[in-house]
Amino acid sequence: MDNELAIVARGLRKAYGKNVAVAGVDLEVRRGEVFALLGPNGAGKTTTVEILEGYRRRDAGEVSVLGSDPANPAADWRNRIGIVLQGVGEFDELSVSELVHHFAGFYADADDPEKVIARVGLAGKARARTHTLSGGQKRRLDVALGIIGRPELLFLDEPTTGFDPEARREFWQLIRDLAAAGTTIVLTTHYLDEAEALADRVGVIAGGRLIEVAAPEHLGNRQQAHATVSWRTPEGRTESTESATPTEVVTELAARFDGEVPGLTVTRPTLEDIYLKMIGHR
Amino acid sequence: MTTTLKPATAARAAGHQPGPLALALRQGRLELTQFLRSRESVVFTMGFPIVMILIFAAVFDGEIAPGVSFPQYFITGMIAAGLMTVSFQNLGIWIPIERDRGVLKRYRGTPMPKWVYFAGKVIMVVVVGVVETALLLAVSVAAFDLQLPGTATKWLTFGWVSVLGITACTLCGIAISSLARTARSGSAVVTPVALILQFTSGVFFVFTELPSWMQQVAALFPLKWMCQGLRSVFLPDTFAGQEPGGSYELGRVALVLAAWCVIGLLLCLGTFRWTTRRDG
Ligand SMILES: Nc1ncnc2c1ncn2[C@@H]1O[C@H](COP(=O)(O)OP(=O)(O)OP(=O)(O)O)[C@@H](O)[C@H]1O
Ligand SMILES: [Mg+2]
Repeated sequence: MDNELAIVARGLRKAYGKNVAVAGVDLEVRRGEVFALLGPNGAGKTTTVEILEGYRRRDAGEVSVLGSDPANPAADWRNRIGIVLQGVGEFDELSVSELVHHFAGFYADADDPEKVIARVGLAGKARARTHTLSGGQKRRLDVALGIIGRPELLFLDEPTTGFDPEARREFWQLIRDLAAAGTTIVLTTHYLDEAEALADRVGVIAGGRLIEVAAPEHLGNRQQAHATVSWRTPEGRTESTESATPTEVVTELAARFDGEVPGLTVTRPTLEDIYLKMIGHR
Repeated sequence: MTTTLKPATAARAAGHQPGPLALALRQGRLELTQFLRSRESVVFTMGFPIVMILIFAAVFDGEIAPGVSFPQYFITGMIAAGLMTVSFQNLGIWIPIERDRGVLKRYRGTPMPKWVYFAGKVIMVVVVGVVETALLLAVSVAAFDLQLPGTATKWLTFGWVSVLGITACTLCGIAISSLARTARSGSAVVTPVALILQFTSGVFFVFTELPSWMQQVAALFPLKWMCQGLRSVFLPDTFAGQEPGGSYELGRVALVLAAWCVIGLLLCLGTFRWTTRRDG
C-alpha cells in the first residue's frame, strides 16, 4: 500500500503557543498524482507542507513521505524530493547559472543545469546576479532549484505568486510535463484556475482542518449544484431562479415569452463560488 | 519546454555526485566567490589590520625593550586580531544574515551533508586569513622594517598558532551566530565581544601593563593565547622573561587553543540553527 502512496499523514497537529495551526489533518497523496492544497491565508497550508518537508516538527500525528518520517528521514530521502518554499532564500552575490550549477552538485542524479534554466524561462538571465532578477524571475529560479535534482516528489508552496499570465501558462506546462514523467506534485495555491488546470485532486484546508478532498470537478458537489437561470421581465427587472433542471425552466420561459427570452443566462457555480461557500460555511 | 523527461521512479544512475572532498572544495569556492564579490567586506577585512598597524607605528615609535620596537610588538596583536576578524566576526555577522534570508533553509532542503556548509566557511576563512596576514606582513616589512621570524622553528610555531587560533575562532563564530535572532543583531552580538577581547588580550596595549585581574579574565579566551604564541615568533627569546608566566608557555597556548576548538565544535553541533524562530 505504501508503494502507491507518496504521502500518508494521520492526525497531523501543530500549534504555535496557543494558536493551533494544523488541527488534525489526514492526508493521502498517491504516487504520480498532482495534489493541490487550497485554503485562505493562515489556513495552515505552509505549516502542513513544511512538516511534510521535514522543516517543522509536528506536535502529534503520523507522517510518511516516500516511506520515511520527515522528522527523521532515510539517508537518500532528500535526493528524492524537491522543494519550492513560500519564502525565497536569496544568495546575493551569485548568478543564476552559478547557483543552479552549484545546487546540481548536491544531488545524486541532477538534471542538466542549462536545460533546467531554459525550462523555467531564465535562459536570457543565466548570467545575471540573482538580486537583479524581478520578483517573478526570482520565483522561476526557486522552481529551477526545486527541480534540479529530478525529484520523485516535488513540493511547491504558492509557486506562481508574482508570475505574469504567460509565465503562469508556461509553468503549468512545466508541471504537466513533470507529472507526465511520473513526478508526484504537491502544490499550494490561491488560484482556483490553477488548481482546476493542474490538480488531479484538491484538498481544501481551513482553520487547520482539511474540510474536503476531491477532484476539482467534484469539489463541493459541484456537479450536482443547481444552475441559475436568469432573465429580464417585461418591466425590465432581472429575475432568477435556481434549478436542478434548468432546461425545463428555459422551456417554460420560452412558452411564457412566446419565443425569445430577454436577457436569458444559464450559469453553473464556478469552482471559486463553491470554494468561497465552503470556506465561508465552516 | 521539451527536455529529457525521465520517469522519476526509474532507477537512479548513482555515481556522478561529487565525493566529500569535492563537495567541500566546491562549497569553499562558492563562499570565496561570494566574499570576494562583496567588495566592501574585502576592503575592510583586508585593510583593517594594515591601517591599524600603520597607525600604531606612527603613534608609538620607540622601543618597548632593548631591540624590540613598538610595531614589532604590536604586529602580533594585529595578526591575531586580523585572524579573529576574518573568522569570528565575519561568520558571527554573516551567518545570521544568511539564516534570515533563508539561504540556510535552502541548503537544508537539499541532500547536502550539513558539515559541507561549515567546511565551505572554513575554507573561505583560511584562504582570506592567509592572504590578509601575508599582506599585513608585506606592508609592515616595507613600512617599518618588521623583522620576520628567522628560524624554521619559529615559522612552524607561527603556522600552528595561526591554524589552531583561526580554527577556534571560526568554530566560535559559527556557534555565536546562533545567538543572533535576526540578521541585524549579528554585529550587535559579535562586535562588543571582539572589541572587549581585543582590548583585554594585548592587541592594543602591552599585555603586561594591563591590570592583573584583566589579564586573568583575558586568559580564559583564545585571543590572548594567540597573541602570546605569536609574540614567541616575532619577539626575541630574551623577551620571554617579560611575559606574565615568565615564558611564552607554548604548551599552554596549544592546550587552551585546542580546548577552544573542542568547545566551539560542541557549541556548533549542539546549538546551530538552520532556520529562524519565525520559520516555526
Ligand atoms: N513560525 C510561526 N510562528 C508562529 N505562528 C505561526 C508560524 N507560522 C505560521 N503560524 C501561524 O499558523 C497559522 C497557519 O499559518 P500558515 O503559514 O501555515 O498558513 P498558510 O495557509 O500557509 O497561509 P498563506 O496562504 O498566507 O501562506 C497562522 O495562524 C499563522 O499565524
Ligand atoms: Mg503559506
